[in-house]
Amino acid sequence: MDGNSSALNKGLGESPGAIHKDPDVVIFGFWVFMMSDLIFFGVVFAIYITMIGATAGGPGPRELFDFGSLFAQTMFLLTSSLTVGIATITMKHQRSQGSFLFWVVVTLLFGLGFLTLELLDFSDMAAKGGTPQRSGYLSGFFGLVPLHGLHVSFGCLWMLVMIAQVLAVGMTDLVKLRFLRLALFWHFLDLIWIGIFSVVYFGGWVYG
Amino acid sequence: MNITDYGWLGKLSWDSIVFSDLISNFSVSAAVGSTAGAIVIFATVATLALLTWFKVWGTLWSEWLTSTDHKRIGIMYIVFALVMMTRGLLEGMVMRAQQAAAPDGFLYADHFAQLFSTHGTIMIFFVAVPFVVGLVNLVMPLQIGARDVAFPVLNQISLAVTVAAGMLLMVSLVVGEFSTGGWSAYPPYTGGDFNPGVGPDYWVWAIVFSGAGTTLTGINFTVTILKCRAVGMNFFRMPMFCWTVLCSSILMIFAMPPLSVAALMLGFDRYLDFHFFTNDLGGNMMNYANLFWLFGHPEVYLLVLPAYGVFSEVFSTYSAKRLYGYKSLVFATMSIAVLSFTVWLHHFFTMGQSPTINIVFGIATMLIAVPTGVKVYDWMATMYRGRIRFTTPMIYSIGFLILFVIGGLSGVILANPTVDFQVHNTLFLVAHFHNVLIPGVLFGMLAGYNYWFPKAFGFRLDERLGKWSAYLWIIGFMLTFFPLYGAGLLGMPRRSFSYMDLAFKPYMVVAFIGAMVVLCALISLVLQLLVSLRDRKKNRVPVGDPWDGRSLEWSIPAPAPSYNFAELPRVTDRDEFTEAKEQGRAYQPPKIYRDIEIPKNNPLGFLLCVLSGILMFALVWYMWWLALLSALAIIIVVIASTFRWDSEQIIPASQVQQDTERWLALVNNTEPVGRDLENTPQNNGYAKLEH
Repeated sequence: MDGNSSALNKGLGESPGAIHKDPDVVIFGFWVFMMSDLIFFGVVFAIYITMIGATAGGPGPRELFDFGSLFAQTMFLLTSSLTVGIATITMKHQRSQGSFLFWVVVTLLFGLGFLTLELLDFSDMAAKGGTPQRSGYLSGFFGLVPLHGLHVSFGCLWMLVMIAQVLAVGMTDLVKLRFLRLALFWHFLDLIWIGIFSVVYFGGWVYG
Repeated sequence: MNITDYGWLGKLSWDSIVFSDLISNFSVSAAVGSTAGAIVIFATVATLALLTWFKVWGTLWSEWLTSTDHKRIGIMYIVFALVMMTRGLLEGMVMRAQQAAAPDGFLYADHFAQLFSTHGTIMIFFVAVPFVVGLVNLVMPLQIGARDVAFPVLNQISLAVTVAAGMLLMVSLVVGEFSTGGWSAYPPYTGGDFNPGVGPDYWVWAIVFSGAGTTLTGINFTVTILKCRAVGMNFFRMPMFCWTVLCSSILMIFAMPPLSVAALMLGFDRYLDFHFFTNDLGGNMMNYANLFWLFGHPEVYLLVLPAYGVFSEVFSTYSAKRLYGYKSLVFATMSIAVLSFTVWLHHFFTMGQSPTINIVFGIATMLIAVPTGVKVYDWMATMYRGRIRFTTPMIYSIGFLILFVIGGLSGVILANPTVDFQVHNTLFLVAHFHNVLIPGVLFGMLAGYNYWFPKAFGFRLDERLGKWSAYLWIIGFMLTFFPLYGAGLLGMPRRSFSYMDLAFKPYMVVAFIGAMVVLCALISLVLQLLVSLRDRKKNRVPVGDPWDGRSLEWSIPAPAPSYNFAELPRVTDRDEFTEAKEQGRAYQPPKIYRDIEIPKNNPLGFLLCVLSGILMFALVWYMWWLALLSALAIIIVVIASTFRWDSEQIIPASQVQQDTERWLALVNNTEPVGRDLENTPQNNGYAKLEH
């Protein structure tokens, strides 16, 4: 038997059921999905960068960004990454279902808090004339930042579904496997946010 | 008008229906459009009526529409591709007729522009992609010794959204009009300022949804190949086809997102008045050109690599020889996949970059010819001193070798920016990309269709009509597209609905005759299928190895059982099945029969097909309530499907044993057949050892 297939044997088993439920395959598939999503984000980032300066006489980063709110958003999201990590650990060490759900709900609240602040931020920007219809720069901004927000909303919906599933059937292997992917997704969104903070907000502030 | 100002039916009105134009204002152009619309309606009604007449709705639902079996999904992909190809080809025919008749054509300029836009969009996204994806679905899991792809339901969803997007294009024949901006849909022309109609919206949503389907397919195939190979099948024991699929799938993962982004941003410009690509307020259309071709160039390799894989299998099988230079083919495939991301700018040499940048991309483009040349030599060396059989797939493959080299060389010519400035936007370019896509992708897919058909359905296709079809494709292709090189060099612009310079006319007339030959090729392809269906009893190959195949897919019955392998194979060689046959290891019963778990049928794909179709239609026609409803329905259906806990079914060991023993008994009672008789009814799929 060859070296590189020995790792596969474990996952392959003799029946395909083992394939479909094999955590290794499922998690790896999700990593590949995130890689594709990362390309998606990367391309939108690139468009934003080319659009810096294309304000067409409209408001730019210095008029629009509110770093106080942004700091709070960042803290919300980073903390939620911590809490989702704690939820994963309670799952791993098979603590009570209650403590797991507690940490998921905390994460969800942080996520919703982030979304609320982000929407308030957008409406502030709109009040200062910063709408996507105003300029290419603002189109680039509103193509990217709400895309991340949309991902966060999707993650929140996913969390609600996970809560419902845990309540419905308990912590089955399938539920755990789904939560593992949700946690990965959530960390991934954190990573994107760090990119947004550095490139969109900070970079926009410096070069805009 | 504000986008919120539309009523229940959005922009839809009586005038949107294609026939209204014919009634109010008769013209030949409108008559052609109405005929196309009528064909769509008639074909739909006829299909539904036939399904009801033969009472096959139940079978269709339980065996096909809800199936998660990779082979069935593959077949559905290919059927879809063939249907769309018929339309795309007929559109090509009408365009050739128009240009042959010019300057006295019969189409309006606008209608002609819709034709070349749909023709390109359909041929790339709804013929080439689904044909490739379908063939891969059918074959790849069998070749790597797996029971299915890694994510069978995801596979179903990919098919669902691709078909829904294709149907949207069919709907555009009847309701409203399609984009006139070409398959690449460059803004600002396709933006809201210049094109307020529904045409570009049809394009945007068809691209966004089918693109999502292709991305998911890429993820699925990549994970399948990396994680689900049979025991002992290390990377350098994978059949060449699987290598090309792996590279192609990686291209799907990386190349589809830029297209989705470009199409969505164009949508934002159109729907919400954003300024990504507009002329005013800081928009920049060059971003679109870069995004589109950042996808567009990898796309052509994404399509042609699996075709290279098919040719590799065909040359090796029908020369009864091991593939020559396997490793060099692998490295060539990988190099092409990597280089394909470094050349996109050659699609717009004339759009204002500095000469230095153009030269860099020109050289990168020429570099791709090197690994491709390696492949051509490998294929020729595979045939060298082999026992070659001139079967239908071989005719396609040899036709490919010769014609593709010509197409490739014209590509090297175009890669030189100074030459490109001369022939850019002329028919020379049109000739070039048809010259690589038809012999490259289409011939590859048709060769694969003839080659693997018996594995999918258990009987061979008619060889005589197959050969007719292959020769007609080759001749028709040459007659249609070689004149376009000439007309292009004379300076005839592409996409012209008419011209004044009669020097172009002879070329156009020859091209039209060629198009007629291509039509005959299509007809003989359909005839071949019909005749083969008629003779299916005579041409059965139940043992499963009609061509003395070399890889694992030939080691199981034809058609393959839903679980593929009674026992997952253990691989010790690159040409595993040939080795097994020569060492007498083939056709052995498993040591032990086990229960096999396969995924249950799932209605999710079908539901998503319908709902995403409605969503796209509602978005195109500004019916916000319907868009919202269908989007909500999609979310609910997806969430509900995650509450299906028992998604697997068990095929009991006794059933597997019964199937396998019946098949092995059949093998023992079947006379092995030599290669001279492989296209006669004596061939029951049991190959005689001859070397």
